Amino acid sequence: MKYINEFRDGKLARELAAAIAAEVRHDRMYRLMEFCGGHTHAISRYGLRDLVPDNIQFIHGPGCPVCVLPIGRIDSAIELARDHGVILCSYGDTLRVPASERMSLLRAKADGADIRMVYSSTDALEVARANPQREVVFFAIGFETTTPPTAVALQMAQAAGLHNFSVFCNHVLTPAAMEAILTAPETDDGGGVPLDGFIGPSHVSTVIGSRPYEPVAEKFYKPIVISGFEPLDVLQSVLMLLRRINRGEAGVENQFTRAVTREGNRKAQAVVAKAMEMRDAFEWRGLGQVAHSALRIRDEFGAFDAERKFDLPYRSVPDHKACECAAILRGVKAPQDCKVFGTACTPDNPLGSCMVSAEGACAAHYTYGRLEVERDRGQAVAAGA
Amino acid sequence: MCLALPVRVVEVVDDDQARVDVGGVQKVVNISLVDDLEEGDYVILHVGFAINRLDQAEAERTLELFREMAGTEAHT
Ligand code: SF4
Repeated sequence: MKYINEFRDGKLARELAAAIAAEVRHDRMYRLMEFCGGHTHAISRYGLRDLVPDNIQFIHGPGCPVCVLPIGRIDSAIELARDHGVILCSYGDTLRVPASERMSLLRAKADGADIRMVYSSTDALEVARANPQREVVFFAIGFETTTPPTAVALQMAQAAGLHNFSVFCNHVLTPAAMEAILTAPETDDGGGVPLDGFIGPSHVSTVIGSRPYEPVAEKFYKPIVISGFEPLDVLQSVLMLLRRINRGEAGVENQFTRAVTREGNRKAQAVVAKAMEMRDAFEWRGLGQVAHSALRIRDEFGAFDAERKFDLPYRSVPDHKACECAAILRGVKAPQDCKVFGTACTPDNPLGSCMVSAEGACAAHYTYGRLEVERDRGQAVAAGA
Repeated sequence: MCLALPVRVVEVVDDDQARVDVGGVQKVVNISLVDDLEEGDYVILHVGFAINRLDQAEAERTLELFREMAGTEAHT
């Protein structure tokens, strides 16, 4: 596909890798956190780790919307479908996320709850129109990329007076999560991880722009390079980060200029601001309660807010004892550090949230990780899609 | 989940909808978040919505930059 294939060129990838190798200093480590699961996926799938020198370390971040959703929120969604008898519309990836007592939306569905997979928020509106006698709830999750479509659905529901439709809003904010990672103490026992820079969000930034990262880069004095999701984008961003790190510079730089501006998509931002406002705090898997890190629905749209419409007390539930997702999401541990990785926990039968979606660190390692060793340097990228 | 793709606008249906080409398959998507789209424009498609425009000139510039950074002659 145009604007995809050109960004997967194997020859250019090897040349970019050579430029990276020439830029690297050998007396230090470069600890780069790729914030988004999309980058984690690209790094694993194209074997980028094998293309760059060993002293560049890729540390997976919390930017996978399915991974950071805490058990308590999935429990509430299941409760909506099972105990309140609503039709629950959900994005596909959310269905297999483990909830309490080895439940998941998929298992609740098998037990008879009316849970439907939708591709878009507007599909959920269609379900509500087709079932006027039923309550329909859209289980909205995701970062700033996915928020505007939810906000549009709220406005369409209000305009149409579609009163059997509501949204269970779980939208979270990227810059707040970056801050939480950087604020955690740099120890490896439940705290944070030392970082030299960020490979910054791609599609999130098309909406919010690069400007919201500037205060983070300034406050913590780290370089952040907004990066596209294709392998050449990631390699170029690594090179840009290395140059900044070697010069001792922080600041925000934009590699993904074909879709990101400093201001972002103002129209989308306005649509979101009209329908949603900041929550005081929100629980993230791995990061715990993070202040000002998520959105809720404004009073003006209160009639379409599932949290107001239904009695949904929030209960925080600890992860499965064996699961290291929390540490992985903070960048402190890697998937192979988990004792049940690939044994009790696999993509077909995930024990933790990081094994569910293709962007989850554990799922990416499971699917592509074992191949990395066998691949010749560069061949992974040359093979392309 | 965060998957989003660059797709080409085939036909603008109305202010809110356009037909796009997703790797050879045509699909109607919501374009209410992006103003003034025309046939031939590229947008980033995510969960059924165009979330932003793809700037084709910038895409070319990035490819050019890869070639420079990689230290090779630009092939034109
Ligand atoms: S392998 Fe499974 S249980 Fe272990 S950290 Fe990953 S998702 Fe959690």
